[in-house]
Amino acid sequence: MLQGISMNQELSVQSGWTEKLDQLIAQHKAMAGALLPLLHAIQDEFSYIPESVYEKIAKGLSLSVAEVHGVVTFYHHFKTRKPGRHVLQICRAESCQAMGSEALEAHAKQCLNVDYHQTTADQSINLEPVYCLGNCALSPAVMLDDEVYGRVTAADLDGLIRDAKKAEAQG
Amino acid sequence: MSTIVYIPRDSSALSVGAEKVAAAISQEAAKRGLAVSIVRNGSRGLYWLETLVEVATDKGRVAFGPVKAVDVAGLFDADFLNSFSASAKAHPLNLGLTDELAWLKQQQRLTFARVGITDPVSLDDYLAHDGYSGLKNALAMKAADIVKTVTDSGLRGRGGAGFPTGIKWNTVLGCAADQKYIVCNADEGDSGTFSDRMVMENDPYVLIEGMTIAGMAVGATQGYIYLRSEYPHALAILNEAILKAEQAGYLGDNILGSSHSFHLEVRRAAGAYVCGEETSLLESLEGRRGLVRFKPPLPAIEGLFGKPTVVNNVISLATVPIILHKGAQYYADFGMGRSRGTLPIQLAGNIKQGGLVELAFGITLRELLYDYGGGSASGRAIKAVQVGGPLGAFLPESQFDTPLDYEAFSAIWAVLGHGGIVAFDDTVDMAKMARYAFEFCAIESCGKCTPCRIGSTRGVEVMDKIIAGTDREKNIKLVRDLSDTMLNGSLCALGGMTPYPVLSAINHFPADFKIKDATV
Repeated sequence: MLQGISMNQELSVQSGWTEKLDQLIAQHKAMAGALLPLLHAIQDEFSYIPESVYEKIAKGLSLSVAEVHGVVTFYHHFKTRKPGRHVLQICRAESCQAMGSEALEAHAKQCLNVDYHQTTADQSINLEPVYCLGNCALSPAVMLDDEVYGRVTAADLDGLIRDAKKAEAQG
Repeated sequence: MSTIVYIPRDSSALSVGAEKVAAAISQEAAKRGLAVSIVRNGSRGLYWLETLVEVATDKGRVAFGPVKAVDVAGLFDADFLNSFSASAKAHPLNLGLTDELAWLKQQQRLTFARVGITDPVSLDDYLAHDGYSGLKNALAMKAADIVKTVTDSGLRGRGGAGFPTGIKWNTVLGCAADQKYIVCNADEGDSGTFSDRMVMENDPYVLIEGMTIAGMAVGATQGYIYLRSEYPHALAILNEAILKAEQAGYLGDNILGSSHSFHLEVRRAAGAYVCGEETSLLESLEGRRGLVRFKPPLPAIEGLFGKPTVVNNVISLATVPIILHKGAQYYADFGMGRSRGTLPIQLAGNIKQGGLVELAFGITLRELLYDYGGGSASGRAIKAVQVGGPLGAFLPESQFDTPLDYEAFSAIWAVLGHGGIVAFDDTVDMAKMARYAFEFCAIESCGKCTPCRIGSTRGVEVMDKIIAGTDREKNIKLVRDLSDTMLNGSLCALGGMTPYPVLSAINHFPADFKIKDATV
């Protein structure tokens, strides 16, 4: 199984991050219960939340680094390592199981050559499990980035992956 | 004259190509020089017919479905815009007048009255379809009378617990505090449920109106919608609707010139199932790990940031406007026993005709599965259904005549939950489903209490032994013992109800566990 984790993922705060990070912290500071909205804003901007930024977040919101670490790692949505350029989520919940999602996940793992929570060797796709996308009348469902797909067959999944890669190649 | 064509923007419709259908219709009309005005409405909830395209006529809307982008040229060739022409009538996708579709016509849509009919983000459309009539009535009422109306309607929490909404509100009303909150639980994580998503994507103003009325009733000026991160379309639509409501004076300070103020904000969850539990949700809103809180104190007394807080599910809040508009008695006249009003039921899983069926309490599972659902999608026998999400019991065919009613379900050791029904055909292995119930609990446990944190993992291990055939009867006894500990010793419903799917699977389907009967 390919681990698919590139060398530069544990980098410290990268150039260009500092200014944007300060800006996001300043925007959220006064909010009641600011931590989750801030973490979302950071992940929306940078695609993940590396451990190296915990201290800055903690300082900005008057929290301890341990509190920030605890929150980031509690929620499945937050990523601490740089994901692939696309995130493919396959629903594992009961409704999708009733419509063959197990075969679909096996197919995805095989053709992407990754397990869940891993990134393909070309860094293009992260494969993640998800527990319900609210598309249960059209199971099995998957989500590619922000779009949901229903009644997905193995061939449909191949098409989605191919299109995502093609769109990338075209830049 | 331009013909109005309705094409849904609901995310399930989009999941089977509604966006491509809309683009194709727009292009084809331009190519043929035909004037078409496309409205992106919500979904009617007949999901097996999506993309359901409707054409406005003077006799009502005519439906075509399921339409794929490749069908569009053919629809134009058949002159589908002129829906009563012989060629349009003969088109295989023509379903006739939408309002005459039996699946829709037999429903009792109260909470979902506008869903699929209006343009979700159009405030004018909302107002033209009885929108804000409930709020206008509420503005002329005393707070206690609003609460009494909700109590008298018999509305019970639709998130799953079934607690009377008015009684919860009354507790918050009776608390003296400088700040109170209305929190909408939109962390709809149960498999087989999508009614919250449908309301938020397809009729967002009804939720906004319901929350505003709740604020007026209990004296809260700030509301939060805690929305699951898996629903990006709902997020965009809610934010757009909130902005429009603010601009029109329906949210903010001095609503419609009154002394009432109510501010509303959407907060994104982050993929933790346990945050659907109300105290865990409040922790998350406060910016912490979603660990379940001990009760008491009740959130109604010490909730968000320690202040009195109403925490209600999307459907409960979205049902408030029609109760205030038409009166408590109107709503209470639907239903059976202590389950008053209607339930938006979601048909899912291995089902031919899946979707949203809103009906008064009392309809049986069998009617839903066969009359509405049309049987399984695979054409095989339906072996089991799970009602109420991943913590709900599995029911065998012998229990399909149970009416949908909180007490009737409770009597057979099952739950209605959020009204989601997931069907499985006869290829399902119930031992695997029991294992999955433990696995899901292990993945999603917040870790605060031992029965849930440790019990779920031990449950997976024991189920693996049973599936492998190791000391089956002894290990089934162990699962029963473990389930007893989880049922009685867990802090919240996650650990406390995981035994429902596990034990119901063993009790009703002993053959799948390769035991003679369920008495072991």
